[in-house]
Amino acid sequence: MFQISSSPLDPAALRRALLDPRAGACATFEGWVRDHNESRSVRALEYEAFGELAEREGARIVAEARAKFDLLAIACIHRVGALALGELAVWVGVSAAHRGAAFDACRYVIDETKARVPIWKKEHYADGATAWINCATRGDHASIAISP
Amino acid sequence: MPSISIRYFAILREQRGLGREQLATAAATPEALYEELRARHGFTLPADRVRAAINGEFAPSTAVLREGDEVVFIPPVAGG
Repeated sequence: MFQISSSPLDPAALRRALLDPRAGACATFEGWVRDHNESRSVRALEYEAFGELAEREGARIVAEARAKFDLLAIACIHRVGALALGELAVWVGVSAAHRGAAFDACRYVIDETKARVPIWKKEHYADGATAWINCATRGDHASIAISP
Repeated sequence: MPSISIRYFAILREQRGLGREQLATAAATPEALYEELRARHGFTLPADRVRAAINGEFAPSTAVLREGDEVVFIPPVAGG
């Protein structure tokens, strides 16, 4: 299961979907909104997704994880919209008979999601500037595209 | 000229100033269409940093565009 969500994520509810009497391990990853990036002070984040393709590519990543690792249940859900500092931006959860598969699959899903799923992040800085992450072009500050 | 529907997200949506438009274009491929739009609207991302999707699925930048296709240009992603 891979979903894009415009409402806040509830880890306790998400975790329940992983329960399985055969499971001996559960690994989860939570991506949180952090107050800094590359030495700039961040006050809020905005995520935007190309919903249909994000969910389709995400489902492919989940299917790959199931094929690579011996899993019982797996889910990944990513927020879109305006997020405050400390809010949960992405949640990955995996259950498996043994911890190795759970850890490895959890890592695989978050790494592939960050690299492949059409989701974009805009940072709002303390000084009022904003930037779309990874969209910098020559002449921009560091690796981010700043707009005033 | 074929009529193509274009959707914009993130930095491209902001630089274009809208989320979607319908366009009659002579561009035969997503690559050519992006260059046309980039010249017109001043998109900062060069073509080699933008991927294309046609009708909701990733597509090569050299795919052939057809009447009624929906094209999305995908800036570098940054989920997580």
